[in-house]
Amino acid sequence: MFSPFLKLVLAVIFLIVIVTRTQARELRVCADPNNMPFSNMKQEGYENRIAAIVAKDLRAHLVYVWQRMGRGFVREYLGKSRCDLLIGIPSNYRPVLTTTPYYRSAYVFVSRRGQKFDLASGFDSPELQRLKIGVQVLEEEYTPPGEALARRGLQRAIFGFDTTGDGADSIIRAVATGQVDLAVVWGPLAGYFGKKYRGGLTLKLVEPEVDPPGLPFTFAISMGVRKGNIALRDELETILARRQSEIRRILDQYGIPQLPTASFASSSSTVD
Amino acid sequence: MIRPHKPALAASRSCRTLIFILGLMQVAVTGLRAAPQTDSTLQPAIEKNYQPHTYQGQLEADDGQWIRPAKDYASTRYSSLDQITAGNVKTLKLAFTFSSGMTHGHEAAPLVVNKTMYIVTPFPNNLYALDLTKPGAPMKWVYQPSPTPASQGVACCDVVNRGASFDDGKIYYNTLDNQTVAVDAASGREVWKTRVGDINKGESMTMAPLVVRGKVLVGNSGGEFGVRGWLTALDGKTGKIVWRAYTAGPDKEVLIGSRFKPFYPQDRGQDLGVKTWPPDAWKIGGGGVWGWISYDPQLNLIYYGTANPGPWDADARPGDNKFTSGIFARNPDTGEAVWFYQFSPHDLYDYDAVNENILLDLAINGQVRKVLAHPDRNGYVYVIDRATGEVLSANAFAPITTSKGVDLKTGQLQYVEEKRPITGKVIRGLCPSAPGAKDWQPSAFSPRTGLLYIPHNHLCMDKEDLQTNYIAGTPYVGANVRMYDAPGGYGGEFTAWDPVEGKVVWTNPDHFPVWSGALATAGDVVFYGTLDGWFKAVDAHSGTLLWQFKTGSGIIGQPITYKGPDGKQYVAILSGVGGWAGAIVAGGLDARDESAALGFGAAMKDLPQYTNKGGMLYVFALP
Repeated sequence: MFSPFLKLVLAVIFLIVIVTRTQARELRVCADPNNMPFSNMKQEGYENRIAAIVAKDLRAHLVYVWQRMGRGFVREYLGKSRCDLLIGIPSNYRPVLTTTPYYRSAYVFVSRRGQKFDLASGFDSPELQRLKIGVQVLEEEYTPPGEALARRGLQRAIFGFDTTGDGADSIIRAVATGQVDLAVVWGPLAGYFGKKYRGGLTLKLVEPEVDPPGLPFTFAISMGVRKGNIALRDELETILARRQSEIRRILDQYGIPQLPTASFASSSSTVD
Repeated sequence: MIRPHKPALAASRSCRTLIFILGLMQVAVTGLRAAPQTDSTLQPAIEKNYQPHTYQGQLEADDGQWIRPAKDYASTRYSSLDQITAGNVKTLKLAFTFSSGMTHGHEAAPLVVNKTMYIVTPFPNNLYALDLTKPGAPMKWVYQPSPTPASQGVACCDVVNRGASFDDGKIYYNTLDNQTVAVDAASGREVWKTRVGDINKGESMTMAPLVVRGKVLVGNSGGEFGVRGWLTALDGKTGKIVWRAYTAGPDKEVLIGSRFKPFYPQDRGQDLGVKTWPPDAWKIGGGGVWGWISYDPQLNLIYYGTANPGPWDADARPGDNKFTSGIFARNPDTGEAVWFYQFSPHDLYDYDAVNENILLDLAINGQVRKVLAHPDRNGYVYVIDRATGEVLSANAFAPITTSKGVDLKTGQLQYVEEKRPITGKVIRGLCPSAPGAKDWQPSAFSPRTGLLYIPHNHLCMDKEDLQTNYIAGTPYVGANVRMYDAPGGYGGEFTAWDPVEGKVVWTNPDHFPVWSGALATAGDVVFYGTLDGWFKAVDAHSGTLLWQFKTGSGIIGQPITYKGPDGKQYVAILSGVGGWAGAIVAGGLDARDESAALGFGAAMKDLPQYTNKGGMLYVFALP
């Protein structure tokens, strides 16, 4: 015979055990609520689609922590354990632990179809001197193409665009409407918003990949987890390898310009 | 004294510097390194035979209340209350406290009007009224403007508020999501609320308004680059916008007309706010107005500084980038510009010019001049004729390597060519560092000593290799900035400065940058707080520590003093270092993370060793 108190204690313990065992694993993903083509609250972005694949594979319940991805975002959210995963982050972004890259993209020149600019020499093409060129502005900085133009004394050619939130497509629209002659835009944005114009725009990869001595136009993209969370990173590596073709299909669907990456099959043995 | 390791640098400010300092950049501040001291370092001069010179000018009448952010229109932060003296301050005791219930940085000055104390909190910017007639000062009411949470994203990690102003029975202040509100001081009822900025453009508001001749003057902060700075006047009764003066752009939008007569030729000319930029770059060039405003009723002029230009890569914006990193004198009724002076033309180092302007009448070369004293981020205390904009003196108050001085004939800052940042090039020993020799933390002036009391930083920086960064899905590269203590091995100072001689009279070094405001009193006691939470009273003549109290969190607020309904003198301060210092600590340890491979979470464990979060009002009185 148990005392009523002991019965209660046992019942509570029993319940706790049941609840813990049946509670699905949670995958907490930090994402921007309004940042197409990457993510939005309606989960229409390609990072939303990829997050769903990962959660399904992990048999985890996908939970979004929505926050504008401005400066300090990684430190305040991923860093302070408000979430566990960032779907797309540059592979060499130091504050987080990253997976093997699952795609690689580059800045692209965007122009109206029919405009025949000679960009054979990239940023050294003489043609650039007489053009109005849109570049993305990121809080306090120009993106690398803006810096490349400034280095060549073409500051007068640069027109800055905010490309986050509601104004994400403004730089592409500016090319389409002739507000600028040319824009240099991060591939995923250009690919996705460019599709709306059904071939009205021409996209050309910025080459070479690096403006010497070290200004890159190409970035490999990985998933990112908190430093030290090697277990989750390793799980993600496996999933990325297994779901490679599914993810590739999504990227293609969203029009993301892609460059070759080392394949997962070969890289899975090079865990650091 | 040098402690072995310091996760340093300080708390909040607008969205600007600290974003720069921390942001996604990796910034390390350690006590182990000090800038190489070379012959080219400009050091402050020391005054060896200081004699107090009693101030000859007139200060505003003092009724023992505290109704404006900086006490008076001249921004002296001086109170004529003298019950608390250098002799008795050691018996100062806690009178009452009040918790804001918030954990972000608390930068505001409390107001005291009509036996009530008003406190504005960081986001969500609640306004509390405390009844000073009752024991323990219980809450009378709280007004909650409920700003949109999305504005926190715009302001990133810095959701501070620098306080309110009282006028005509109303408390006026700004919310982070760009609304100016007027609240009935007696009832807490909202009188009006006007949206003056747009978070979708990256704007936010953190500054304390000043009310001049029935107009509420407010300015914007924000990510600077991408934002276009402005100062706006609203009708105090209705909240209607009366005028808006942009920092950059065509003359008609900067409100430059026939009255505009800058002292130096480089500030004269048509549409300089357009011509000193690459085409259209002024539209997103920054120059926010997130600091302090002063007012001279006789000249009927307001004075305020403008933030630095964007982007950081200065090569991308050739030209002087007017009218950023400088000071405007304007007519408060119309907004018309009367003069402008640029402290840091074509700013290279994030030297905003939004610091306080203290309006004084000083004897310069035997002649009393109406001047303003402005300790700038670039490291000089400027004394400027406030009627004309002529620079009368500019002397270093902290170590400077980025410039050699200010040419008083031309008014030009003399940049040091070899310290000019070039993208991708490593440049070491840049002093002052990005938050400047002094950031937003406001100074005080005592007419009894004739001295300015300047809370400030003592830091230098290196700009190192480029590293990958990203914002909202787009990758880019930014310079890796490392900050460290300037020569001497400490991060901050509280300095008594003779504005006539242009010299340091005494200085109290502090382990951390001194990120609180200063308060001077007729009892010859000066108050300030430190980042590790000490609230200090020092002797106005010597700087000797007379009394200190350890508050629950780091202090980045502005001390005030007032006469209570019981006739006693009280001193009040908001403590609460909040998210920023936490961020800084984290930032400081990032470097260690790289070398020692410690996790981010582990790094945060060190935070309570120095300070912890939590906003609390502390009010002190003699027993």
